[in-house]
Amino acid sequence: MLAGVTVGQVVANRTIHLDRGSLVRYAGASGDFNPIHYRDDVAESVGLPGVLAHGMLTMGFAIQPLADFLGTRGRIADYGVRFTRPIVVDPEHGADVTIETTVGAIVDDAIRFDLTVTFQGDTVLGKAQVQVVFD
Amino acid sequence: MTVNPELVGRDFPSVGPYLVGREKVREFARAVFATNPIFTDLEAARAAGHADVVAPPTFPVVIQEHTLSQLLSEPDANIDFSRVVHGDQRFTYSRPVVAGDELTATLSVTSVKTLGAHSMVTSESVMTDSTGAHVVTATSTLVVRGGE
Repeated sequence: MLAGVTVGQVVANRTIHLDRGSLVRYAGASGDFNPIHYRDDVAESVGLPGVLAHGMLTMGFAIQPLADFLGTRGRIADYGVRFTRPIVVDPEHGADVTIETTVGAIVDDAIRFDLTVTFQGDTVLGKAQVQVVFD
Repeated sequence: MTVNPELVGRDFPSVGPYLVGREKVREFARAVFATNPIFTDLEAARAAGHADVVAPPTFPVVIQEHTLSQLLSEPDANIDFSRVVHGDQRFTYSRPVVAGDELTATLSVTSVKTLGAHSMVTSESVMTDSTGAHVVTATSTLVVRGGE
């Protein structure tokens, strides 16, 4: 078990700056080439407020501050999120997304970490939780 | 047109084996802003007890996508891809994915629900390694927005 952590403790904070290049890079890495993630005209034609970050990109980077905190400790057993709000990535200014990682619960040899992911003051993921087992 | 509820329980052929490549893992790690060296540095990964670089936790989505395309292309599914929104996503791991893994993924649809004009389709992609051992299950709920 991880010594010294308590429920409610913030273990990591990070701000990620996304630009359009981030979305193109994720499209190539993941194979998700939906044009709403890189073409303004397509995003507009389907009624979106702009080009959106892939939900799975957000889920992908949201766990990284926790991965850094853990280092080589523990084993991730479960990671789930709900996509509640899109992140619009401005072509010029991009988007700044903040991640706060807190200890949600400690049960036996497992810790649940809760991720609060915020863009322009609103959370973009719901119930973003990671179960880590220390055995 | 709502999503066909008869998708639940249908058998889909397994996809793969998908060979997890070291450079693909590194490329994915950079794309998700990973900074823990176990995702990119072979020596760091081996020092931590892994056979090769570790795939970031959401990497299995790359393989899950291949199974979801089976679902979307079922002729009687009634799923209009342009109306699909990702509702939620979960990964349940028996162990981390590492480069060199050969993963086979099998899709099943666990529920189809209709809420007004919208449908919600929940599916699981169960991924096993070359020994047949479970590695990770990716569970996804897609929301299909109804027509006007």
